[in-house]
Amino acid sequence: MQLKANDIGFRYENGPWLFRGVNLCIEPGEVVGIAGPSGRGKTTLCRILSSYETPLEGSVTFNDAPLPDKGYHPVQMVLQHPEKAVNSRWKMHSILNEGYHPDEELLEILGIEQEWLTRWPHELSGGELQRFCVARALGPNTRFLIADEMTTMLDAITQAQIWQAVMEIAQKREMGIIVVTHEAKLMQRLCDRVIEL
Amino acid sequence: MSILEVNHLSVSFKQYTAGLKQSHHKVISDLNVNLEAGEILAVVGASGSGKSLLAHAILGILPANASVSGVMTYEGEELTPARQKALRGKEIALVPQSVNYLDPLMKVGKQVRTSVQTGDAVQAQRRVFERFRLGREVERMYPFQLSGGMARRTLLSTAMVSGAKVIIADEPTPGLDPVVIKEALSHFREFANQGCAVMLITHDIESALQIADKIAVFYAGTTVEIAKAEDFAGQGEAIRHPYSKALWRALPQNDFVPITGSQPHPSALPPGCLFAPRCAMATPECLQAQPEMRPLRDGMVRCIHAT
Ligand code: SF4
Repeated sequence: MQLKANDIGFRYENGPWLFRGVNLCIEPGEVVGIAGPSGRGKTTLCRILSSYETPLEGSVTFNDAPLPDKGYHPVQMVLQHPEKAVNSRWKMHSILNEGYHPDEELLEILGIEQEWLTRWPHELSGGELQRFCVARALGPNTRFLIADEMTTMLDAITQAQIWQAVMEIAQKREMGIIVVTHEAKLMQRLCDRVIEL
Repeated sequence: MSILEVNHLSVSFKQYTAGLKQSHHKVISDLNVNLEAGEILAVVGASGSGKSLLAHAILGILPANASVSGVMTYEGEELTPARQKALRGKEIALVPQSVNYLDPLMKVGKQVRTSVQTGDAVQAQRRVFERFRLGREVERMYPFQLSGGMARRTLLSTAMVSGAKVIIADEPTPGLDPVVIKEALSHFREFANQGCAVMLITHDIESALQIADKIAVFYAGTTVEIAKAEDFAGQGEAIRHPYSKALWRALPQNDFVPITGSQPHPSALPPGCLFAPRCAMATPECLQAQPEMRPLRDGMVRCIHAT
């Protein structure tokens, strides 16, 4: 169940290479950080790993096979700005159940209160919305979660709550996590190892 | 001496719910802060705690359905709507959260020049750009041509050339590189060292502590503590309010252990102390009334049991 990047490289149009020859292998249950100054393509690498972007060189494999291009994607991503990741014209219960039906237990671990489900996105705070985005990404077939500055906009308590929940779920399911954050201390706290890009 | 004082500020929003029923949501209640010349006050708290609204209230740019009570003074005189309008961008300047505040159709050099109050605008703009390491070519660029860091330095330049005495910076750092954060923060320190009062609004205590003199902790639309930056150290023994302590302990470099629950919504505020539902020290007394801010050990706290 490894997620592997094999010698991947990427650039936009004829621009300079963002990166080349990147190799990465993540085992189930592992928490791996990706560090590096901005502009090095950390987010692009994440997008490639979750098939939102195709590498110009090299390949990404899951379980030694190409990533599936249909059905539920085993690599899910949660980004920095939850308000940009949800449909503002849907109520929260529709947003939550868009891909699959998260169970009560998951909602409870993530601290999602029943009463929030009847609200519109703009009626929730960033931290509350982000919990929904995490729940949405944690379908039963998610094998790897990519957290790209997932808690950057949140206060320390909300950040710790969300990470505690995610780590608990990851452990239970043997799910791997890729962490991108500019906060060195958070990186240290969470990751088994860190890769410099 | 305080340049800007905010006393017992409350802000509510009128909202129409189903059947055109009106409801009032109190988003800020009984809030107090003081800005002093030469000092940086960091305002920290979760999103939804009223931090940005405070900035908007001071600048007089709240939406029309907001009603405001309490007293704000600037240099000892009441800050009326007319005065707010006159001082905005001149003596009280906002460094906004989003680079979307830049005019997309105006070259950035020109935008910065329009904020200059006295003297040669072109010279002032060039001097500040040099200081912030923005090359000569940048003045002829449009906002969309700037990198995130350059755009932020342009916003800072605007505040800088205005000659404002009070700078209010709303979340100026999230998602930036540590190097860039450090740079942005050092600019605020510079503002303060020149005699400005700076209010730095942020959810990031750690960055705030690097440069702030004082910390105001917000919770559910009110101040729960005003402390010296040095009080945030070690296990948080010197911190006064249970919420501020919890915030400190939840940092990754401390315990990384959160308290449970979440900040109440303005539409469902609990009776008494707003933190009571999540407070391990709560007693029946805490539910009687919202505690007043009171002085404690060279700071202020809104908690009847804090020692
Ligand atoms: S007043 Fe009571 S409930 Fe409120 S913070 Fe203090 S101890 Fe906790």
